[in-house]
This record gives sequence, structure tokens and C-alpha cells, in this order.
Amino acid sequence: MANPQELGRIASQVRRDIVRMVTTAKSGHPGGSLGITDVMTALYFSEMKHDPATWKRDAKGQDAFIISAGHLAPVYYSVLARAGYFPVSELGTLRKFGTRLQGHPCVTDGLPGVFQSSGSLGQGLSCAAGIALGKKLDADGTRVFCLLGDGESEEGQIWEAGMWAAHHGLDNLVAFTDWNGQQIDGPVDSVGGVGDLRDKWTAFGWEVIEADGHDFESILKAFEIARAANGKPKMILFRTEMGHGVDFMAGTHKWHGKAPSAEQCEEAMKQLEETLGDY
Amino acid sequence: MKKYTDQGKVDTRSGFGAGLVEAGRKDGRVVALTADLKGSLKMDAFAAEFPERFIQCGIAEANMVGVAAGLAITGKVPFIGSFAEFVTGRVYDQLRQEVAYGHTNVKIASSHAGITLGEDGATHQTMEDIALMRALPGMAVVVPCDYNQTKNATVAAAEWNGPVYLRFGRPSVPNFTPADEPFVIGKVYNLNEGKDVSIITNGHLVWEALQAAEALEAEGISAEVLNVATVKPLDEKAILASLKKTGCAVVAEEHNWAGGLGEAVAGVAAKSLPTPIEFVNGEDKFGQSGTPAELMKAWGFDAAGLVAAAKRAVARK
Repeated sequence: MANPQELGRIASQVRRDIVRMVTTAKSGHPGGSLGITDVMTALYFSEMKHDPATWKRDAKGQDAFIISAGHLAPVYYSVLARAGYFPVSELGTLRKFGTRLQGHPCVTDGLPGVFQSSGSLGQGLSCAAGIALGKKLDADGTRVFCLLGDGESEEGQIWEAGMWAAHHGLDNLVAFTDWNGQQIDGPVDSVGGVGDLRDKWTAFGWEVIEADGHDFESILKAFEIARAANGKPKMILFRTEMGHGVDFMAGTHKWHGKAPSAEQCEEAMKQLEETLGDY
Repeated sequence: MKKYTDQGKVDTRSGFGAGLVEAGRKDGRVVALTADLKGSLKMDAFAAEFPERFIQCGIAEANMVGVAAGLAITGKVPFIGSFAEFVTGRVYDQLRQEVAYGHTNVKIASSHAGITLGEDGATHQTMEDIALMRALPGMAVVVPCDYNQTKNATVAAAEWNGPVYLRFGRPSVPNFTPADEPFVIGKVYNLNEGKDVSIITNGHLVWEALQAAEALEAEGISAEVLNVATVKPLDEKAILASLKKTGCAVVAEEHNWAGGLGEAVAGVAAKSLPTPIEFVNGEDKFGQSGTPAELMKAWGFDAAGLVAAAKRAVARK
């Protein structure tokens, strides 16, 4: 397990990757990616049982991860590349013609580490639940993680999946919500009325864990609690800030789906330490 | 003409139920999911024999599609079963993203398809499902004609690498194909050689086409009957060979005109061999309540309707 300081160094590089990738692509979703970077870094560099060298889509003997909020592709791609799934040089191809790094994650191009295509919201938790059941049927002993957005939780299918996973006692399913309170059209509270996610997930029969999504000790502790084999699926609500790490992008929905200019990218680079070498 | 014997009327969904059990016995990876329609989909026998491989999803079809995709990712061969409308139109985006995009190995068992669902009326009588499924890249679309063929097609679907849409129905219809004939996805079954007109169809309309061919023979018209049990991938060569031989055709389907077998065959003809074709289909209308026989007659799907269409086609040569 990596310590919080090491994770912080990786996360800084991942944030640099995100801003540079989206700037070069001239489109994409930097805000949410920056906000969930610390959690994704802790997941792939500490909590998940996985091995890029032997990875296969069937996830046998390894933990799986489903990114239901597929627009968070930039952080996903950076973390996968930095973990060793494919060369970091490929990050510069995001959204370009012929790339394996499609605007939203896809399995058809064979990008290592990607279990399922996503982008159309609300669907990933069902797929993750299916993988969790498959692992139970195979007595595989590994787990499934799934990233959701809080805005995404306005999709009805999320709650179908929530009901079903609890009914089937899928305690090898760990979902986590990027609880940043923002969505494309503004604050989640003003757009969709998602309400209190703690009460909702508790009522749906899940074990609910709250954590600070920018404090590695809090993130790691939440993942540790979520290991319990107690017959309940787990929902970690990570309080995050959209655009975290770059002052002019932080705390607003305005960078949900907008690319920085070259000058803005340069300004962001001054705020993010290069720790592992830029791609 | 070649004689076919009705071995007894039985619903094609029961053929699916029997095929599912057989597929389950042959391959331990086969699992079955339904959205509160276990009995309607005839999954009871599978659930009784393989209780741990039967997965009840409740009335939540969208979640069922995603769960099936997840199971397929782990190496299972899931069949998801519901009524045709609820397992296509209701979950189109889920099938598109979770199943078709990525060629995830999920089999869609679609019962109560078409207008002959009958008395439940138009909300349940989907006539658009084949168009929706044909439009998905890489989706095989299979419409078997009777109990035996549905049973064998179910086994073939389990063995096929990739997503399959398997369409069958509720009414009891003649069972006439050989019980032991293996089903080949992508094959056109030529059930009666003829020289004057090709009747191209699938599903339980194939029996009606055979009856029509008999009636036409009595009037001196020799009709070829093609059972296009796989709409996609389409065996274009078999269709072209028949069109070349007869010079005109009827394409009949229990489905709307848009996106169905008729358009698929017309596309083949337009590309390679422009041929007069008469079309018998849902004609861009919603269905209505009634007995299957009443609805078949009203839409011209019965033998009499096909005879009339065949004569129109021959007259255009």
C-alpha cells in the first residue's frame, strides 16, 4: 500500500496529465476529472487488487472497475497509463482520430484496463453489479468498484441497480460517488433534486460511508471500511471539489466540459508539481 | 410440392424454454435472467434445474441488461428474457452501450413479439423491434419459425460468439421443422423449390407461406418458400439466387415496413438484381386487440393474404 505522501505525488502528475490532455484535445471534461483524481489515485495505487501485466477483460482473480460516469475519461486514462496499462505517451492521443483513448471509454479498441464502455449515464452500476454476481458465482473472491456522479444519480437505472444489488447481498461491490454537488447546468441541488444521498442509499439497503475525497487518509480509511464482507454492497460518498488543484477551475461547474486555452494550461502547470515526468 | 406435416400446434416461446434447458446442460456458463416474466418466457424448467444460474431481476429491464453485460464480462453466457417491446425499445440505449458496443456476449430472448401477441393490444405488440436490433452494429437477429426451430436456434445462440436477438411469440402455431435439425445462424432455409415467385418470410408466417404455396400450385403458380430465420447477418447469396430463378417475390413479415426484412431484401435486390417485390407487413400502423387469427387476417399475414400478394408480384413480371 502506498502512503498518503506518495499518493499525493502521483495525483499531482495525474492532474497535470488531465489538464494537458484536454488542452491538446481542445475538448473534454477536466473539472470532474480533477475532482476525483485523489480517489482514483488511491484506488489504483493502493486499494485495488490488480495487475496490468496479466489484465484481461474477464477480471478473473483481479478486482474490476467500472467508470459509470464515462466523461471522467481523462482521469481514468491517466491513472491507467501511470499504473502501467499502456504507455503514457498514448495520453497525448486523447480524442484524436484513430486513438484508443476515445472521448468516452470504450472496449472495442482494446485499450488495456477498460472493462466496459460508458458515457451514456446511469448504466455502469448495473454492469458492476453483474460482474459482482459473476464473481460470486465463480467464488472468485475479488471485488468490483464503480464510480458514479452525484448528478448522474438522477438517472432512474442507478436506483434499479441499487435495489437489486442489495437484494442479492453483493458485498463485493464497492460503488463510490463523486459528491461534488455540480452538474452541467449548475449545482445538483438546483438542477435535479437528488437530495440526501446518505439517507437514500441507506434506505436502499447499502452500507454508506462518507469521506473527504481530497484527504488520502480519509479516502484509504473509507476503502478499508468498505472491505467488510457483511452481506451489503458499499456506497462511499466522497466529498470532492470539481476542478480541485487548479485555482481558476476549482469549485465551479463551468469547467465540466470545457478545455483550457494554452495560456490557461500553462498557468495550471505552475500550480501542479511535475513528479513522475510529463508524457 | 414438398409436403410438411403439422406435428401439433405449440407456442414458439416453449421452444425457447426447452432450448434454454438444453443450452444450459451443454454449457455451464449459460445463465438466464428475467424481469418478472419467468413463466411467460417458459424459463421455469431452467430455473428448476439450475436454480443458482437463474437470476430474477424484478420489473427493472434496464438494470437487467447491465447485469447481463457484467455477467458476460466475467465469462457467463447470459440470456435476458422479456416481452419483445420491453427488451428492445424500453432498453435500447442499454443494449447499444452495454451489449452491442463492445460486442458483449449477451443473448436477448424476445417473446410475445409482433401483432399476434393478440388481446393485450398495441402497447405490447411491438412491430419495430427488428428494425431497432438490425440497426445495432454486430447484433445477430434471429426469427425462427416454429417450436423445433426456436429450440434449436436457442442452442445456436448460446454457441454464437457475440450478441444475438432471438425473437419468438406467444400463439400456438404449427410445429413442422425436423426436431433434430441443427440451427445455423446466417442460413436461409429453402423449404420449397419453385420457379414463378419467391415467398420470403420468417417466424410463424413461414407456415402460412407453405399453405399459400400449396394453394398457388393448384392454380398453376410455382412458389419458392424461403425461411429467412436470420435477418442479420443476411444470406444475400441465397436471396439473390432465388430472385434470379423466379424473377419476382413477396416479402412478408410480422413487423413494420421500416427497417424490417422487406427493406433488407429490397436492399439486396436494388444492389444486384432489381426485381418486382410485393411487401406484406405492418404498414406503419399500431396493432389492436383481437385474436391472433383475426389479426393475421386483418393484416394479410395469413395464407390467403400471401396468395394475393404472390399473384400481384407475378403480374408485375
